[in-house]
Amino acid sequence: MDQLLYASEVLVNGLMTGVMYSLVALGFVLIFKASGVFNYAQGVLALFAALTLVGIQQGQVPFAHLINAITGSHISSFGWTVPSLLAILLTALVMVGLAILIETLVLKHLVGQEPIIMFMATIGLAYFLEGLGDIMWGADVKTLDVGLPQGISETAEAWTAALTGYGFFIDRLDIWATVIAALLVAALVAFSQYTKQGRAMRAVADDHQAALSVGISLRFIWVMVWSIAGFVALVAGIMWGTKSGVQFSLSLIALKALPVLMLGGFTSIPGAIVGGLIIGVGEKLFEFYVGPLVGGATEAWFAYVLALIFLVFRPQGLFGERIIERV
Amino acid sequence: MSPTSPTILSELAPPPAAPAPGTDGYITADGRKIGGVLMDLRHITLRFGGVTAIKDISFDIREGEIRAIIGPNGAGKSSMMNVMSGFYVPQEGEVWFRGAKRPPMRPYQVARQGLARTFQNIALFDGMSVLDNIMTGRLTMMKSSLLEQALWWGRAEAEETRHREQVEKIIDFLEIQNIRKTPVGRLPYGLKKRVELARALAAEPKLLMLDEPMAGMNVEEKEDMSRFILDVNDEFGTTIALIEHDMGVVMDLSDRVVVMDYGRKIGDGTPDEVRNNQEVIDAYLGVAHD
Amino acid sequence: MLYREAGDFKTSYRDDSQTFPLKLDRMGYWVTLAVAFGVIPFVITDYWANAVLVPFLIYAIAALGLNILVGYGGQVSLGTGGFMAVGAYATYKLSTAFPEISLLIHILLAGGITAAVGVFFGLPSLRIKGFYLAVATLAAQFFLVWLFNKVPWFYNYSASGQITAPERTFMGYVISGPATSASAKYLVCLVFAVGLAWVARNLTRGTAGRKWMAIRDMDIAAEIIGVNPLTAKMSAFAVSSFFIGVAGALLFSIYLGAAEASETFGINKSFLVLFMVIIGGLGSIFGSFAGAAFLVVLPVFLKNVLVGALGWPTDLAAHLELMIVGALIVFFLIVEPHGLAQLWRLTKEKLRLWPFPH
Repeated sequence: MDQLLYASEVLVNGLMTGVMYSLVALGFVLIFKASGVFNYAQGVLALFAALTLVGIQQGQVPFAHLINAITGSHISSFGWTVPSLLAILLTALVMVGLAILIETLVLKHLVGQEPIIMFMATIGLAYFLEGLGDIMWGADVKTLDVGLPQGISETAEAWTAALTGYGFFIDRLDIWATVIAALLVAALVAFSQYTKQGRAMRAVADDHQAALSVGISLRFIWVMVWSIAGFVALVAGIMWGTKSGVQFSLSLIALKALPVLMLGGFTSIPGAIVGGLIIGVGEKLFEFYVGPLVGGATEAWFAYVLALIFLVFRPQGLFGERIIERV
Repeated sequence: MSPTSPTILSELAPPPAAPAPGTDGYITADGRKIGGVLMDLRHITLRFGGVTAIKDISFDIREGEIRAIIGPNGAGKSSMMNVMSGFYVPQEGEVWFRGAKRPPMRPYQVARQGLARTFQNIALFDGMSVLDNIMTGRLTMMKSSLLEQALWWGRAEAEETRHREQVEKIIDFLEIQNIRKTPVGRLPYGLKKRVELARALAAEPKLLMLDEPMAGMNVEEKEDMSRFILDVNDEFGTTIALIEHDMGVVMDLSDRVVVMDYGRKIGDGTPDEVRNNQEVIDAYLGVAHD
Repeated sequence: MLYREAGDFKTSYRDDSQTFPLKLDRMGYWVTLAVAFGVIPFVITDYWANAVLVPFLIYAIAALGLNILVGYGGQVSLGTGGFMAVGAYATYKLSTAFPEISLLIHILLAGGITAAVGVFFGLPSLRIKGFYLAVATLAAQFFLVWLFNKVPWFYNYSASGQITAPERTFMGYVISGPATSASAKYLVCLVFAVGLAWVARNLTRGTAGRKWMAIRDMDIAAEIIGVNPLTAKMSAFAVSSFFIGVAGALLFSIYLGAAEASETFGINKSFLVLFMVIIGGLGSIFGSFAGAAFLVVLPVFLKNVLVGALGWPTDLAAHLELMIVGALIVFFLIVEPHGLAQLWRLTKEKLRLWPFPH
């Protein structure tokens, strides 16, 4: 009985981790649907957003390290702090600016290239942004606090204790993250279903040429989608950064989002969410049951192997349609 | 026709086909010998999910003949050819080839039995040169091992040169010597069609299947292609099955014609018989269904 | 006018299908080889060997291997780091278990073992295509690295979890271990690089190469004309992994002398080699060398300029290097998606017409 309760606790925590994966995967799906670009830089976008947020919040001078190296000065901070909400807003603006830059400097010139070339370009972009983030704000691990509640939730513990006789340890941050992610997804779905821009976005996703021919501006849609993806990255960056500090490893959750996408399909928003939850829960449970037998740290590969095995049996993913091949 | 072809081509041609026992061969008006049944399609039915693309179709193809499959758009002609080349496996019915029922097999195994084809939407390998594309037609005959190839030793080099000679004959025959080393992606449409024919011919097939070999061509290109098709049939004795839209071309080229409409067979016979078939006329000219 | 094929007639198909159809190219090739074997070994310094030439040759082998898979076979792989680790650990296990057998043979055997592992992880390619496959190969990357970290047998239960190359000799010369001379390292890698480049060329111009390219360009059509997708894809994975395994073996036993799976063979290695292939040129043997040279020399160059000349802190230089490498990759993809090899081809075409541009 105890074993089962531990396992359920692991399961709940896995769900929370899964929400994070889903968030990053969502950014992937948005960009892939609208532009056919497999955006490897999504994870680095999250890192960059979190770094920028901390930097703005704490009043850091951008490029202080670089300026010091060149001029021999010793500047580091403006000496003020910015309220969280304003800092988030400013960061969101930075992400929009970044989206515009990416569109004009990179994407515009790569229209019509093969997907693999686009993919490689986003890896280049990821390297660039990673270097830029470090140079702008410094590479040290930073703590991020925007006032989200943290720590073990006594309510959840008491509630589960009353229900099962065993109090679950659940981080309040995880609960909040789940709620915010759910709201974000709902907002995105509403946006793409009920607004003019959303419809244009779906039209572009269906057929670039046809969308162009009815007068939809491809470039506008791309900037919009990358901005939204940037915003999603910011949200993911806030959650992950609050949980485990803003550091390079944050960008690695992008790699974890890849198997999520394989499960859910590259173009399916529900797929990204369900896939994220499956992987989050799966890897925690696997580590719980099998990890101790094989030396642990199975989270490093479980998601990929699971996705691989799954795809071998169902190549179209969870929500994809079976493709009839023709010649 | 290049001046040297007849003698060279006779080397490429398979031995003259004797009529299979129990079936009669016949001599066509222009003196070509038609043999026994080469491929026999029996009660083929093909469905995609709920859609029936081909419904209970039977016909045969005899050795040495040019057999056309015609029909309006969406009649199931290309699906039929995909069944013949083993790419689609029909839910019902049997494919008999050279007197034996075809067991379940992958398309590449079907190719090795002596079937080669071209595709409606050209399926060449765009990243490779014309020469390499045509050489791929002979891949099934290559016997050297990976190790021999890696060290360019043993059979690897001899094989390469020997097959290159054969391929060069086809290049001469189809008059594409000057584009030998051009990447296929850069060729105009008509030439691509010709290279695709060359690739299929390189396999020295017993049955050559052409899916709309003249689609999208101008009159001149159509004439060239018709000439090549007739020459291939005439000189190699290759049996040809072809799908074509241009009725004039079909009637001129083929010995017998199958007519399909909405996945059914509505006519089968010589061009003259088909031309006078009421159901065929209705399908082509349209008729009020009640 | 100097560089042209006019007057350079071929009288046999054998001549026509040789590697360098132009006389000038052939001469350039032989001169390069003569310098590489006859001059450089006598003048090479430790710095040049360790910073530039040895890593260049090793990465060129890895890039060749990956190019066979991606550029010729059309199967994208992100598992290169993991496969290099297989080569390294296989060499380590073999050379510590059978010290009396030459290290060079162990390196080839390690390539063979990597080929087998590569085929195993390549099997899903029969069902999974494109990006899905690329992500699936990450399973190989992460699983293999995890395996080499978690199973002590692979590192002979050493306390540090590292593997260390034992000293080995070949015909009296030390070729592995701390006492190896710069020229010995260089020559061993050079022999492997030249030999494997020759093998790659043989494979890609013949039957195997045509099968791979047919699958790459249009897999369905390839199968219908008689290419067995199973053997074509598996042979591409096998050959590619063999090359990558040898590169991993050389990286560990000749170049680094010590390795630790997640440090040395992490996901960044996979990306690095993939960049080399893309920047060099997909489906080009010359490109594999060019891409490797570019990405080996660039950081050395930047470090010399930023840290050496400008006196910046190393971590800052490292970050700037990331930015520059990233930006250059994007720049290259925009300007010439077919890589350095294509630039070289275009230059040659211009040269062919020179000095009459029209």
